[in-house]
Formats: sequence, structure tokens, C-alpha cells
Amino acid sequence: MTARSQVTALALPGGAGPRTQAPRRVPGEDGIWVFVLGDMTVFALFFATFMYSRGKNPHAFSQDHHSLDVALGTTNTILLLSSSLFVALGVTRIRAGNHRGGFGLCVTALGCGVGFVVVKTVEWSHLFLAGKSVGSSEYFSYYFMFTGIHLAHVLVGAAVLCRLIWMTRQSESSERQRTLCETGGIFWHMVDLLWVVLFALFYVLG
Amino acid sequence: MTSVTTGRRLTMVWLVLLAATCGSSLVGAEFGAGSRSVATIVIAVALFKLRLIGIYFMELRVAPPPLRLLFEGYVLVVFVTLTVLNASVRP
Repeated sequence: MTARSQVTALALPGGAGPRTQAPRRVPGEDGIWVFVLGDMTVFALFFATFMYSRGKNPHAFSQDHHSLDVALGTTNTILLLSSSLFVALGVTRIRAGNHRGGFGLCVTALGCGVGFVVVKTVEWSHLFLAGKSVGSSEYFSYYFMFTGIHLAHVLVGAAVLCRLIWMTRQSESSERQRTLCETGGIFWHMVDLLWVVLFALFYVLG
Repeated sequence: MTSVTTGRRLTMVWLVLLAATCGSSLVGAEFGAGSRSVATIVIAVALFKLRLIGIYFMELRVAPPPLRLLFEGYVLVVFVTLTVLNASVRP
């Protein structure tokens, strides 16, 4: 057990002695949570800005929203949710010392991430060909800016996944390396988590 | 054994997330988000999904209470903010 871990012991009613709960611990490195919560706060401001502007001009937003392909947005959501599952399972395998299993799962997660980038590229190409761009309307300004910033997160996340995959090629890993794997996984889940709200705002609400 | 149980739990969460995504897409396509109540449901489903990702995939369910509370607080604040802003949409 690491220094940061602690076991919560509860006294059973009737004086039956202590009962041990699941150990409480900070997943990954402490510092990743400062970054993740900070990034999530910045995106929360993006979400609120979008909703505020939508409230002032709902009809224009609704019209532009119909230019988006909901099927492509749903496909991308499914790809990111699936990649998150594979990363979570991969980290579990790596923690259990099963590097080969972790390798396969992380490669599959990376494949889903690449799929997201491909679908996003196709979607943006269609929009550009239809004459939509950052400057075409308020809705599309938000759409291209926020999904563009998110796409940059996906690319950084893909690089992090490559690092995890490289780490799983080693036969053994230290406690430090396992913590780094968890940290990389948390970053990737954040990318997924932010997309879930962007999807609801741009593709479903509009 | 623990790994199998964890894997099953994660897979169940993933299935719930997929169902919520497809349900949300269908509701949006069928009823549109012009209605405030439908928009509130869409926001609630999105924040519910966000919470599932945090609690299970990011493993915040085993995190110390202060970190877990920060995350839960974030979910609540974002939900309330987006719902209030949605309620202010001009008809």
C-alpha cells in the first residue's frame, strides 16, 4: 500500500470489531487532478457561454444545428466511450501485472481515438464544403472553437496512449509506472467526459 | 477475481453510457430541443453520463471524500448553471 493510501476501518455495531472497507486512494498522480479539474472548469465556462448565447438567439442556433450530422456525432461519442472502457480495462490489467492484456486493450483504445479523429475530419470537410466555417455564424464559431480545442485534447490523449502502449511492452512495471498508467488513463477519460457534454450541447440541443 | 468483477462493472457502465447516448440522440431527433423540458432532460442525461465516467472510469469511487466531493460539486454546479441558462431561452 502506498503512503497516500489509507484504509478506513469502521467499528461494527454491537462491538463485533473493526470492518475493513475498500481502501481510499487518489487514482493516478495527485497533480493530474489539479489539471483535470482546472480543464473541466474552463470547459464549464465554454458550456455556459454557449447556453447563454443560445438563450439570446435560439432560432438561429436551431437552424445551424440542423447542418450537423447527428449520426456522425453519435458515432464519435460511441468511439470515445468505447476507448474509455478499453483504457479502464487496460489499466486494470496492467495493475494486475497482465501487460500483454493491457497492451491489446490500450492499442484498441488508440484505434478508437484515431477513429474519432477520422470521423471529425470527415465531418469538418463536409461542413467546409457546405460553406460553414468559424466566421459563418455565432453557432459555428462556438462549434469550431470548442470542438477544435477538444480535438487538440484528443491528439494529446493519443500521444499519452502511445506512451502507455510503449510501457506495456516491458515485461514488468514498477509502482511508479503503474501510477503513470493510471494518470494517462485519467487524462483520456477527461477527454471522453468533456465530449459527452459537447455532444449534448451541439448535436442534441443545438 | 477482482479484475473480472471490475471488468464486468466497467462493461455494465459502458452499456449504460451507450444506451443513454442513443436514447439522448433519439429524443433530440424525435422531439427536438425547442422544448425546455426536453432540453433539461438532455442536459441531465449528459451530466449523468459525465458522472458515471468520473466515478467508474476515473475511479473516483475509491477517491478520498474531498476529491469525490469536488467532482460531485462540479457536476451539480454545471447542471444547475446549464438548466438555469436553458430556462432563460427567449420563446
